[in-house]
Parts: sequence; structure tokens; C-alpha cells
Amino acid sequence: MFKTVWKKMIGLGLVAMLSATALVGCSSETTTENKTDNKKEQAAETTLDKIKERGKLVVGVKYDLNLFGLKNPQTGEVEGFDIDIAKGLAKKILGDENKIELKEVTSKTRIPMLNNGEIDAIIATMTITEERKKEVDFSDVYFMAGQSLLVKKDSNINSVKDVNKKGVTVLTAKGSTSAQNIRAKAPEATVLEFENYAEAFTALKAGQGDALTTDNALLFGMAKQDPNFRVVDETFSEEPYGIAVRKGDKELLDVINEYLKEIKANGEYDKIYEKWIGEKPKQ
Amino acid sequence: MLDYSILIEHWDMYMQGFANTLKASVLALIGSFAIGTVMAVFRIAPIRPLNWIGAAYVEFIRNIPLILIVFVFFVGLPAIGIRFDSFTAGTLGLTVYTAAFIAEVIRAGILAVPKGQMEAARSSGLTYLQAMWYVILPQAVKIVIPPMGNQFINLVKNSSVLGVIAGLDLMYFGDLISSETFVTFDVYIFVALFYLLLTIPLSLGVGALERRLAKSR
Repeated sequence: MFKTVWKKMIGLGLVAMLSATALVGCSSETTTENKTDNKKEQAAETTLDKIKERGKLVVGVKYDLNLFGLKNPQTGEVEGFDIDIAKGLAKKILGDENKIELKEVTSKTRIPMLNNGEIDAIIATMTITEERKKEVDFSDVYFMAGQSLLVKKDSNINSVKDVNKKGVTVLTAKGSTSAQNIRAKAPEATVLEFENYAEAFTALKAGQGDALTTDNALLFGMAKQDPNFRVVDETFSEEPYGIAVRKGDKELLDVINEYLKEIKANGEYDKIYEKWIGEKPKQ
Repeated sequence: MLDYSILIEHWDMYMQGFANTLKASVLALIGSFAIGTVMAVFRIAPIRPLNWIGAAYVEFIRNIPLILIVFVFFVGLPAIGIRFDSFTAGTLGLTVYTAAFIAEVIRAGILAVPKGQMEAARSSGLTYLQAMWYVILPQAVKIVIPPMGNQFINLVKNSSVLGVIAGLDLMYFGDLISSETFVTFDVYIFVALFYLLLTIPLSLGVGALERRLAKSR
């Protein structure tokens, strides 16, 4: 009796190990295949065709950013500015704003996920940069933000100059432009980068840093959540947010740009902006 | 083929990460060995309250994920006014966590020493602590070396938890380099090689020690 159980367990273990190695083998193969396939398929079928065929738009959004993309713990729904823009885009392409699948991305995972085909587009407070343009194609600007600092209510930090000192610690998220900017603007400060802004904010609340830096739009969301913190008035960069698609997805990009023009013209954009940011967009 | 330019261009970051991983591992290794030994003796000592403390420590700590223990040091204790920087918080978490496993390894080693040894030592006039120190522990050490080696190797790899709380270790810089260059695979292959640079000598060292002590047995 005991022996047979043992045998079964060993057998099971072996099967699990074998299938694990097989899976690893497969996944690495498919990624390399995808790269070559993509080029071949582009002539035959564009991403836009694929979206229409499956009847669903798959968008990478943030789940941890108040005002832009935040999972509401009560309803389980993801809500925010980016989400409303994404739903509008689904309506534009497929005629129904519910024909959409949202997938969680972080600053770190969004480009790999787009390039391996898991998502069709990124709408995740992504700043348009030259470096990123080498990896993905960007739409027109859909939101203009500026980098600022979140500090304790009673902090004496009021501009980026105040953090450019030895011994001052500034927190931000890995892979963000904010990290590069703050290193350039405040070379004396210690910069610590976390997995995402929620973790960076947790660290700030625990007193692990003097300020948190990223785009002001996100900081307003954090300050709203915890009134012990305030956003410094000064912004020290222009951060134009764009919607990213895979390189060469021209058809999809054209539809996105057309859609952005439409909602800016018909007032839909202003409505979404006011709903989340609490004020009218600056022209 | 691996893109070595990544390694060359980000050499400073890799080195800083490597140095910090090494530092965290050595500190946690010493700390967890000390705490682990004390807890093992607590669990075995013929004093009831000490048994309870030892058992509570081991059962509580080893049954929660490492990352949560690290978060206790990183964001939990600051809430009551005790603040550590991310490196210290990570190293402390790692120490406390590994100590629970080491305590079990040492306890098993001590229990594997035949009962007669303790009885003989006590009846020749040694106190409990003396018997433990001079008679039981030296014999237990030989028994525990292989499982202890496992724990130390795990500790080095577990130190990657520091990356999550910005502890400036190899994993942290690996993440940074990856997010700067948009290269995932190659960056982490180099990270893995640096970990191997620590774990393989450790593994071989434990093996050599095991053989030497086996001879003297």
C-alpha cells in the first residue's frame, strides 16, 4: 500500500517536471516564432483586422493608479481616465464600449507585453519619449502631464531645488521617465525605485523617503487618498502621454488618432478629463 | 547570443548590486546562524517556557512568506516609530526568516546525537550548557552541515527579495537595467550568473567541509 502511493507520487512528480520543461521549451519557442511570424502576417492581417475578427479590443492599463486606472475593490471594476479613453476606443472600432478586455500592466511589463502580442495597445499613463519610440509607435498626445513632487503636508520641500541635496531620498517607480528626470534635475538626491507607485507611496507613508516623484496627475490621486500629503505646485517637466501600439501597426494607429481628434472636437474628452481630474483641461 | 554590451555598459550597477547582495547574504548568514542556534537550544532545553518560545518562533516565522516578513521591517515597524532603510530592513527580514529554518536544522542535528552522550556528559559532572557546548554541539555540527549548506544557498537566493523594497541588491539593479534597456532575457541571465558566482563556491565549500569532517569522524 505504502509502496504504491510512493510510486504514484514519484510518477506524478516526474510528469510535473517533464511538462514544466516542455512548457518552458514551448514558450521560448513561441516568442521567437512570433517575431518572425509577425513580419509575415503583417502583409496578410493587421492588428486592426485581428481585433475586429475576435470582436474584442485588448488594452494594457494600470490597475494601481488612482484617477487613471484603479481597480475598485468594492466592484472589482477597473476605473479611471485611461479606462474611459480605452472604452471609447472600443466603441469607435467595434461599436460597443464593452467589447474590451483590460489587462494589468506596469511601467516595467507594458512594452514586453505589447511586443509579444498579449495586448493590442497600451493606455497606461505612458510618456512619449524618443527612447520608447524605438520600441513602439505612439499616437498623438492624449494627456499632458508634468512631473512634480508629493510631500508630507508639513514638509519644507516646495520645488525640485529643495530635493537636490545630499541625504534627501526621492521615491519613484522602476522603468519610469520620472526616475531619469529626477536624476538629471536633482543629481545630489538619493533615488529609490519601486515596483510600482503604490509601493513607492507605501514606502513614503512609512517614512522611507522625503518625496515621491512622478507626473502631477498621479500625485493628485495619491493626495486625494491620503490628506496627510500634498503636491508641490511646481512642475519641472512636460510629460505627454500617448497610446502605444506595436511598431508598424499603422492602421490601428490611424484609427486611434482619428478617435482622439473626434472626442476632442465633440467635447467627450473634456467630460472625461473633468470627471477624473476635477478641472477643465488647460488649452 | 548574449549581448555583452549590456554587462559592460552597466558594470557599475551590476557591481554595486553584487556587493550589496554579498553583504546582505553574509550579514544574514551570521545573524540567522546565531538566532537559529539559540532557538534550537530553546526548543530542546529542559525548560518549558523556553520550549514554547522556540516553537512559537519557528512555527510562526517559517509559515509566512518571506516578503511579508520583510514588509514588517520595511513598512510595519516604521508605523510604530522604528525605521530602517531598505537594505537594513531587507537584511533583517532575511535573517529572521532564515533563522527559523536553521533552528529546525540544528534541532534535528542535536536530536540525532545519541541520548547516551548527554547522559554520560551530565553524569560526569558537566552542567546542561557545558554538555551542550562541549559534547553535543560538536557532534551535531557534522550532521547538520549538508542541510545547513542548503539553507545558506537558499538564503543567498532569497536575498533577491531586497529588490522589491529597493534594497539596492543584484535583483534591484537587474530590474533597473532591464527597464532602462528594454532587454529582459540577457539582463537577467547576467544577474543569474552573478548569483551563481556566490552560490556555487558556497556549495563546493560546504561539500569540502563535509568531506573533511567525515574523515575526522
